[in-house]
Amino acid sequence: MSEDAIALRWRALGTSRALIPYLTAGFPTLAVSLEALKRAADAGADFVEVGVPFSDPLADGPTVQRTTQTALEQGMTLARVLELIHSAALAVPVIIMTYLNPVLSYGVERFAKDARAAGAAGVLLTDLPAGADPAVERAVKSDGLALIRLVAPTTDDARLRTAVAGATGFVYLISRLGVTGARPDAPPDLDAQVKRVRAAGAPTLRVAVGFGISTPAQAAATARSADGVVVGSAMMDALAQGGVGALERLTRDLAAAVHG
Amino acid sequence: MHASMTNVASGRFGPYGGRYVPETLMHALEELTAVYDTARNDPQFWSELDDLLKNYVGRPTPITAVPRLSAQIGVPVLLKREDLNHTGAHKINNTLGQVLLAQRMHKRRIIAETGAGQHGVATATVCARFGLDCVVYMGEEDMRRQRLNVYRMELMGAKVVPVTSGTRTLKDATNEALRDWVTNVTTTHYIIGSVVGPDPFPRLVRDFQSVIGREARAQVLERTGRLPSSVVACVGGGSNAMGIFTAFLEDKSVRLVGVEAAGEGVKTHRHAATLGAGRPGVFHGSLSYLLQDADGQVLPAHSVSAGLDYPGVGPEHAYLKDTGRVLYDAVTDHEALEAFAALSRLEGILPALESAHAIAWVMKQRGDADELILINLSGRGDKDVAMVAELTGAAL
Repeated sequence: MSEDAIALRWRALGTSRALIPYLTAGFPTLAVSLEALKRAADAGADFVEVGVPFSDPLADGPTVQRTTQTALEQGMTLARVLELIHSAALAVPVIIMTYLNPVLSYGVERFAKDARAAGAAGVLLTDLPAGADPAVERAVKSDGLALIRLVAPTTDDARLRTAVAGATGFVYLISRLGVTGARPDAPPDLDAQVKRVRAAGAPTLRVAVGFGISTPAQAAATARSADGVVVGSAMMDALAQGGVGALERLTRDLAAAVHG
Repeated sequence: MHASMTNVASGRFGPYGGRYVPETLMHALEELTAVYDTARNDPQFWSELDDLLKNYVGRPTPITAVPRLSAQIGVPVLLKREDLNHTGAHKINNTLGQVLLAQRMHKRRIIAETGAGQHGVATATVCARFGLDCVVYMGEEDMRRQRLNVYRMELMGAKVVPVTSGTRTLKDATNEALRDWVTNVTTTHYIIGSVVGPDPFPRLVRDFQSVIGREARAQVLERTGRLPSSVVACVGGGSNAMGIFTAFLEDKSVRLVGVEAAGEGVKTHRHAATLGAGRPGVFHGSLSYLLQDADGQVLPAHSVSAGLDYPGVGPEHAYLKDTGRVLYDAVTDHEALEAFAALSRLEGILPALESAHAIAWVMKQRGDADELILINLSGRGDKDVAMVAELTGAAL
């Protein structure tokens, strides 16, 4: 799969919105993680984000901190994440979400090649803002992997135009300031924020929204504005507390809410 | 006024540095860069800072000859007395500069990370002086090691938040401070305490600390009529070292030595010798040397000194290592404790355990009387007395 797989998926969705669950690779164990990925894909996910555990997840809240810590204790590595993606052989596009250092350590070009070979379609680098390291960005994209750009409420218009211009696959809008994790409320100005991102890009630009979305009601509200809805910490809480069954039920409920 | 090897446009030192942060922080970094670039070309900014350094901090700090220590190693040694600054360490040079920048950005909430507590104390101090809200993140393990500093911060009105994640030391406190900053970035300035983090912090902190080397260079010349043959400083993140090195970078005759913490030994994996044993990686916003495993996971550091107990190092040090301009070496916990005791006994000066690493390196040298060694005594050791007593089995 590749960048094209993401475009094909959006085309297949038409005007329907996409549910994008996030799962920490290797949590709570490698075997359960593999099962969880398959269940999420089968229960209505349109894309799946696979998180690479990192020792210092400074953009993440308590839930993802805990799940990545557990995964690391289980011996998870970037190479094993790629094996996991390969074994899962999901029918929906896989986006790898990672901090930069494990990728640098692995070798960026080698990662781009191996991720593609494992079946990943794109990568999202939490601590590589648009333009911060053009050589790394070029290397990531060298084998057809999509580079998903992140934009935030604090991204000014000039940065937004740059970020959107270099985006492939879709743009990930961080819905609010702060780290990842469930919040009780929805961001009040979400619709305006999504419109601002759309205005900066081509008419075909797809915008997914994440950070703080946990319930089907929040997901449905987000889907009224955005093309895609990312749910992470709530998925991991469900998996931690109720196992793959709970994860599957939450995915179904969220998918129903997002697909309308 | 600030000679440097920085490529300001890219925020890089050779390949190192950069801005590897979540997108949410990029606007704040651009704002800080713009405000700093205006301030550093504004004579009024420097005159306000110089006035505070003179009348609040007590600068210039003296240089002190240490004849009994010098006699022991056979080389004349001078100490740059940053321990005599208000709050007891060099850290306040930077926090004063940054608090003036925060004022220019109209940010009234300040956050900081701290290891040994000296940067936390220096931040709490300037927040009290300027009436700003102050939150300091400190690893639970470090709070135990440095209880006196925790109480000092609280006396000055700061809130000290214990960090219980990861290794519960400086690296985790920095993670937590960054998480706070991502959440409150529109109202909050993050006063990073060392020459680490994303651009512009490494060059901004260096510039605020470079007063150490400017003073020391002039003082040594005036006192002895010559330049030192070596300038030695400890390196954790590396702010006191950049502070004293910067003025000497162009003096090719002056050997610059950065001393890292070898902990229980560089071969034991219980150390903080990032430049000596690490390899380049991205951590806390910049590319630099990093203690990491084969998978790119950050390894916990170890040092008896909480202020050196950090797996990263400032990107300019990475560059100065690669170019060979600075020699980096490491001394063990044991050697640092011996130096702590020696300087106390021989000269009546209790060094911070961090600074004791620089003393220890010098004590291992055997030279001749033609040489002249300048050591940056970056802080005083009062905060470490209880810790040293515990380690040496003394009852207090």
